[in-house]
Amino acid sequence: MPELSSAAPKVAASTVSKVALRSVALTYLFFLLVLPLLLICWRTFDHGLTPVWTALSSASALHAFKVTVIVAVLAVALNTVFGVGVAILLVRHDFPGKRVLNAFIDLPLAVSPVVVGLALVLVYGNTTALGGWFSDHGFPIIFSIPGMVLATVFVSLPLIVRAVAPVLAEVGVEQEQAAWTLGASPWAAFRRITLPAIRWALAYGMVLALARSLGEYGAVAVVSGRLVDQTQTLTLFVEERYQNFDQAAAYAASFALAFLAVVILLLIKFLRPKDSA
Amino acid sequence: MEARIDLDSPPPPAAPARGRRRLGGLGGRRGGPDGTRRVGPGVALGLGMTTMYLSLIVLIPLAAVVWQSTEKGPAFFWQAVTTPESWAALKLTVVASLLVAVVNLVMGTLIAWVLVRDTFRGKALVDMLIDLPFALPTIVAGLVLLALYGPGSPLGVNLAYARSGVVVALLFVTLPFVVRTVQPVLLELDREMESAAASLGAGNATIFRRIVLPNLIPAMAAGTALAFARSISEFGATVLISGNIPFKTQVSAVSIFGQIESDNPIGAAAVSTVLLVIALVVLILLDVLQRWGARRA
Repeated sequence: MPELSSAAPKVAASTVSKVALRSVALTYLFFLLVLPLLLICWRTFDHGLTPVWTALSSASALHAFKVTVIVAVLAVALNTVFGVGVAILLVRHDFPGKRVLNAFIDLPLAVSPVVVGLALVLVYGNTTALGGWFSDHGFPIIFSIPGMVLATVFVSLPLIVRAVAPVLAEVGVEQEQAAWTLGASPWAAFRRITLPAIRWALAYGMVLALARSLGEYGAVAVVSGRLVDQTQTLTLFVEERYQNFDQAAAYAASFALAFLAVVILLLIKFLRPKDSA
Repeated sequence: MEARIDLDSPPPPAAPARGRRRLGGLGGRRGGPDGTRRVGPGVALGLGMTTMYLSLIVLIPLAAVVWQSTEKGPAFFWQAVTTPESWAALKLTVVASLLVAVVNLVMGTLIAWVLVRDTFRGKALVDMLIDLPFALPTIVAGLVLLALYGPGSPLGVNLAYARSGVVVALLFVTLPFVVRTVQPVLLELDREMESAAASLGAGNATIFRRIVLPNLIPAMAAGTALAFARSISEFGATVLISGNIPFKTQVSAVSIFGQIESDNPIGAAAVSTVLLVIALVVLILLDVLQRWGARRA
């Protein structure tokens, strides 16, 4: 562009390129995100509400829903305690091996869900020493709920730590130190000062972990043994119904999961600005 | 180890300097001289429990995978990885992931740019939708992509049981990575330099290339690395649309699943180890990148 060009053509050019970029971005998102989402709704309600209701209220679907909720709630609870603890350790304290711990926290995000499943089976499977001991004492881990909780904890491990740690660093220690000088116990200082300061970030992390837990498929597929009406979660139900040519049930359950995902998106949207403010 | 932590606790002056140096990636700048405090028995206890939790759930199981695949020696390991089927799956996984990473690099940056610099109706909604692939279960993503781009597609596009279908599924699940790493950097970017460049006669392309891009590169690289790592490991989204055809559409994660189901834990562990090594390399590169980015900033 010539050096002395007037403002007008430049503005016009930038408007054209803006619209072009916008169109490319929106077209890409439309075909990759929006259309699939619309299609789930369309496929689900193609034949009206009755088949959807029948599919979702079948005994298998209800059982799958129950298993999903139990596993997700336990996994999120465990990771909340771990996540807040580790965030405090990493941000507030110094210790040997800190960088190693910091690196290990992110490891689960890079591990394939199937590898997670295999890893847990190799250690806790009913034919191994450790897993055999547990199953002999009436507490089998693999092909049972505990293994599924372990798998779900594994895949969602970093989410809460990574949501809480930056806010904890941002808040600083002045108020906590003030509480200590005033004689507060560490637990009181945590409950009255630290926890309120990180509550939005914590909620954000918990929602992310919940989304990951509800939607986990690969790791749970390996460790659960995919026993219908026993260890079947909703995601496993979707796959099993689809493979058995019961598309109505597969789409109905998919719709339920997608609906939950959208609710979670709204929660994320609601929680995100607050933690940076 | 615990004893050493206790020894650390009495002299407070030593701690702050170490803290400032090490906090690095976690926003330790704010910590300053009071960023770390005494390391007492409480911390040792927390550290012990953290180590145990992490070991029982993550580290010991992953070590078991590596051990299972290598216990019969490197030759056996290599043989299990290079069976024609596993090798073809690995090649497809890496090539498809590279392709997905490149598309994400371009499209993710473009979308982030549009979301930050453009204004149009419904932008907030689009911005929210970006996180959808993180929230939507991968098996559901696979199912709908199969419905949209599979047999009986309403668009008349059939990518089912084809490599392009695998790429589309991976593009779906990796969409947020580059957008969400580039977007905040773009928001923070000081626009005065751009105005200065524009007032000196620089065109849009020049401004982007000379001023915006250099600031975005660390974030773009980090997002791309994350998208690549996710693609390498993805299972749920690809299992349905790929149709699991060996030598054609079978990716490594699906091939590992098949080997577990057919009771071949050694073969499964060998391929898993390769995926783990790739993931580790990517994580280390990412860490190096972030340090490099932090130094430049």
